[in-house]
Amino acid sequence: MKKDLAELLKLLKDVDSLELEKVRIEAEELELDLSSPAVQTILTELPKVVPKLVEQKFQFPVESYLGQVAEVQLGAARAEGGTRGKIVKVGGDKAPPFYRFDSTIVNRPVIAFDVFDTPQPQFPKVLKEEWKDVWEDPAAWAKKAVERYEADLITIHLISADPLIKDTAPKEAAKTVEKVLQAVDVPIVIGGCGAPEKDPFVLEAAAEVAQGERCLLASATLDSDYKRVAQAALKYNHVVLSFTSMDINNQKELNRYLLKEGLPPTSIIMDPTTGALGYGLDYTLSLMERIKLSALRGEKELQMPISSGTTNAYGARESWKKRDEWGPREYRGPLWEIVTGLTATLAGANMLMMLHPTAVRILKEIIDSLTTTEGYGPLIENWIAQIR
Amino acid sequence: MKRISPIEIYNLLPGTNCGECKESSCMAFATKLLNREANISLCAPIEKPEYKPKKEKLIEILSPPIKEVTIGTGEGAVAIGGKVVMYRHDLTFHNPTAFAIDVHDEMPEEALIDRIKFVQNFKVERIGKVLKLNLIAVRSVSNDPKKFANTIDIVLKNSNFPLILCSFDPTVLEAGLKLSSERRPLIYAATKENWEQVAGLAKKYKCPVAVFVPNNLDLLTSIASWLKERGVEDLVLDPGTLILGASLADTLDNFVMLRRAAIERGDKRIGYPLLGVPAVVGLIIQDPVETPLREATIAAILMNRYADALILHTTEIWALLGLMTIRQDIYSDPRIPSKVQPGVYTYGQPDERSPVLVTSNFALTYYTVVGDIESAKLNCHLLVLDTEGLSVETSVAGRKFTAEKLADLIKTSGIEKKVKHKKLIIPGFAARLKGDIEDATGWEIMVGPRDSSEIPSYLTKHWSS
Repeated sequence: MKKDLAELLKLLKDVDSLELEKVRIEAEELELDLSSPAVQTILTELPKVVPKLVEQKFQFPVESYLGQVAEVQLGAARAEGGTRGKIVKVGGDKAPPFYRFDSTIVNRPVIAFDVFDTPQPQFPKVLKEEWKDVWEDPAAWAKKAVERYEADLITIHLISADPLIKDTAPKEAAKTVEKVLQAVDVPIVIGGCGAPEKDPFVLEAAAEVAQGERCLLASATLDSDYKRVAQAALKYNHVVLSFTSMDINNQKELNRYLLKEGLPPTSIIMDPTTGALGYGLDYTLSLMERIKLSALRGEKELQMPISSGTTNAYGARESWKKRDEWGPREYRGPLWEIVTGLTATLAGANMLMMLHPTAVRILKEIIDSLTTTEGYGPLIENWIAQIR
Repeated sequence: MKRISPIEIYNLLPGTNCGECKESSCMAFATKLLNREANISLCAPIEKPEYKPKKEKLIEILSPPIKEVTIGTGEGAVAIGGKVVMYRHDLTFHNPTAFAIDVHDEMPEEALIDRIKFVQNFKVERIGKVLKLNLIAVRSVSNDPKKFANTIDIVLKNSNFPLILCSFDPTVLEAGLKLSSERRPLIYAATKENWEQVAGLAKKYKCPVAVFVPNNLDLLTSIASWLKERGVEDLVLDPGTLILGASLADTLDNFVMLRRAAIERGDKRIGYPLLGVPAVVGLIIQDPVETPLREATIAAILMNRYADALILHTTEIWALLGLMTIRQDIYSDPRIPSKVQPGVYTYGQPDERSPVLVTSNFALTYYTVVGDIESAKLNCHLLVLDTEGLSVETSVAGRKFTAEKLADLIKTSGIEKKVKHKKLIIPGFAARLKGDIEDATGWEIMVGPRDSSEIPSYLTKHWSS
């Protein structure tokens, strides 16, 4: 080798520069006389032929979890003692939301449409336009949500029972539940009127007329007779929504009380309160993340699926108020609902209660994408030049 | 990865408790360093030669697992990354996601200038904070270095925002860098084809580089490592924003796995800020409403999954308003309590004839109302009712905002001694309690607006003192 090189240098003596093409220098040790300008030229070209950089492997950071969220069935088919054509399963999480690399997704998040037993003239304009034609008739309202907008569930809010609205008697209010059950075949959520002294009786009466249907009774709260709600759920085969206000300790406490009443974790869903985008969603986000992580770490009292009252998004003034410098409010409303709902579901919500069909359509598509193994694209390799 | 303890930091400090950093002790300073509330540069004694090894070790253990990368220079500079934790309940996230709006080199000059000025001037005020866009991304659509340089020139003349130079062609990138490198733009992007030349540009012009490798974390890790071997250290990673079908799930997986590998497994090869491109929504759908709505949705998802910077195409105000709001939510300090102290508060110089308003003690409701009162320079009294931290609407429904509680508050707050009238303005959302409150308090109840921004005009119309 040394000799060959010496001869080569001799040949190059009177040459100023030399271009080498398709040359590979293989050597363990190279000893070169650097005095020749020609060799110096060769040397500066050398980096191109240094060993190829090593391909790297990304180390997948997979986690495993001790705990699992309970799987709750809503709705019961005929064979199970109900009349539902469709049943819904929520929860069962084995990993943080949509972390497919940790574990398979057990159940996709579901969406319930809100229906009220009383017309809602105070709705923001975007909602009024959508639901005004059916709000005199809760059964027609529920049908529209299921048939036109593919609701997974219907929530019927019995607000007429509110002493400050119509003060409808519990048995009377419960009749609407029957009508909704007949109008649609999806599982239903039965919402009270919000009056803590009256709701346990309203929910008890509704539970009785809906016996065996595995409805979600919304809600049991710390400041109401939660025992009555829990016992009604046990007696008539329903599920209880454990509702607290932005406080993880209160949530644990109420869940513990409900478990003590004899409800299994598979008959409890919890709602730790959803704040609107810009008005408390930050608290909700961290609260749901903490609850889900605790459940996966094995905290038994928090191992229930999470529900989000996503329609609270309309509490934000940006979602409904006419103001030119914010752009058209008819787009702000659905966007506020979408961002509130998707933040909740990415933080751990298994079920979203919603109102605007556009918001529901977009969120369903997102949830589809995040829970499917099909579909791909578009190709984005040349996005820089392609977007117009 | 194990979190560092204040003791570990304390052991590397001089331990003189000299107080030059304005802390009472080295231990207090160590805690501040750990929470990223103070900088090592505040410690004067550690500059002494004998502490040099300790200082270097301190810088190393305090350097965040996600490198902080600065785009731009001076006042307008934007720092991205620098992240330390996976969850904001562990430590407040800092360096909020930077928003870039795109322009390109085939835009007519007038439209280009209009768009630049929009980006430069767009702002929204929310809860006492001014929210703004941060960057301009200049795309080379023509692939012509001259056209690109010309566009960069126009951008530089019309805006002081930091830039992202977007092209996969090193010649085009260099044409832009020649004009703009003093502003320290982000070079977008190094790919498997061009990375060596882009590395050369990054070193020559001393600018940060984004690495673009859609949905291939092995290759992304490789190119990032190779760039680092070449001495390019300020990197940003774009693992691809794929949005249809299962590819959206891949995108989320990639963002989360990159962040988790860096923070929890200490993988330094990919410990860099993450960049998402929601603008790609425009590749599949062209509609004046649907496109921005979906683009905002994708952007909000990525912000919830660790995106440190986003390139956006939409300039619809309603979409940007939503994005700035979710950014504010994610990057707010979760330790601030959600409730304020109930009681009576005064604004301006109210007297015995000034109006008395009432609201809930939910912090965000309270600050919103106060913001509206203060910006209108009203003189008034505000009763803050203990609604257990719920908004007015929610607390009325949940019976936390009741006539009895309000009657109590009127008695205990001493408001009866501060005013000579007995008129109380309640929020519009509490309208249905009007009768109850009248019965319980004996005051005349006036139903105010639902939205506190209308309080000034409401008072003009309905309040005569």
